[in-house]
Amino acid sequence: MNQTDFELLSSILKERSGLVLTPDKTYLLESRLVPIARKRGMAGLEDLVSSIRQSKDEAVLSDITEAMTTNESFFFRDQKPFDVFEKEVLPKLLESRADKKTLRIWCAAASTGQEPYSLAIVLKENAAKMAGWRTEIVATDLSNEVLEKAKSGLYSQFEVQRGLPIQFLVKYFNQVNEMWQIDASIRGMVQYKPLNLLENFGGMGTFDVVFCRNVLIYFDQDTKAEVLGRTAKIMPSDGMLFLGGAETVLGVTDKFKPVDGLRGVYAVA
Amino acid sequence: MKKCLVVDDSKVIRMVARRILEELNFEIEEAVDGQDALDACNRTMPDAVLLDWNMPVKSGIEFLRDLRKTDGGGDPVVVFCTTENDMSHIREAIEAGANEYIMKPFDREIIEAKFAQVGLL
Repeated sequence: MNQTDFELLSSILKERSGLVLTPDKTYLLESRLVPIARKRGMAGLEDLVSSIRQSKDEAVLSDITEAMTTNESFFFRDQKPFDVFEKEVLPKLLESRADKKTLRIWCAAASTGQEPYSLAIVLKENAAKMAGWRTEIVATDLSNEVLEKAKSGLYSQFEVQRGLPIQFLVKYFNQVNEMWQIDASIRGMVQYKPLNLLENFGGMGTFDVVFCRNVLIYFDQDTKAEVLGRTAKIMPSDGMLFLGGAETVLGVTDKFKPVDGLRGVYAVA
Repeated sequence: MKKCLVVDDSKVIRMVARRILEELNFEIEEAVDGQDALDACNRTMPDAVLLDWNMPVKSGIEFLRDLRKTDGGGDPVVVFCTTENDMSHIREAIEAGANEYIMKPFDREIIEAKFAQVGLL
């Protein structure tokens, strides 16, 4: 791919999703956008780029953005954050919210649903301690396509084997032909909404816990700071933010501070 | 170094599993069926067993039931690795004392994830 084509695509992605594409990710453009070109009857990436040059077709631009921002996801990805949520964060919230008995969680980059469903499973496993509680998991993603998959709760045999303990598969999934579908009782705990983190999300209410993992890494410093700043505004003073393993607030924003002893967890500053 | 017994009647599967598990720092012993596996366990109890279901002489599930009745046979972490991919087989395996269950085809990532989940890594 030539420099001009790369720059055009990366500027489109930056503008629409905040994604910063570095030249070492050129292979990703090729592997993810060639199928989009083919779907439209074009030979390859060059044709796709020249069609964008001729007319900024919204459907094409939207497909490109979705394809480039869709990430792999596993159930209980990295395991540790879910343990920390269950063993450290949840007990504190159950105590501090004992009067109101409400808990709201936001998965800010829900992708194909594995993260919100993992959290729903954790809540379900702790149901005995949460009798009478109203819990909400709001899961958002930029991509409508992944949200459709997330809502269906249908996963391949390969997907259910990455991160999901077999006991949970037996307990919370039903076999549907070659696929595995997460049970309606878990699906019903998660509300999916399309959302671009670059746009205003102030209207969603406040969240006690925010999972925003492995999405900030694609943003530049200013965008990270700006998104985190707006996130802090929709969290109570004792709210907890979970970031991905390669992400931090240090040197990015002073709206959050690391929590001692809990890696990847940040408190509202 | 932890010891893993790889039980499968397919030489190819044993070889693939051995390669993956050796990279994960396991010492590997192989068995070709459930009886062979039980004999191996009676000689030295492994830390983990990667277990196929359908095998001649003695099946994986029969081996597992026998193993769990053996002295010290409650200790090894048993991970099924089989083409049997329906809920009833999975339930049967868990009831017989399996700790995890891999549905073939598998790859390195699945083995690694499952072994990590049961605390072997």
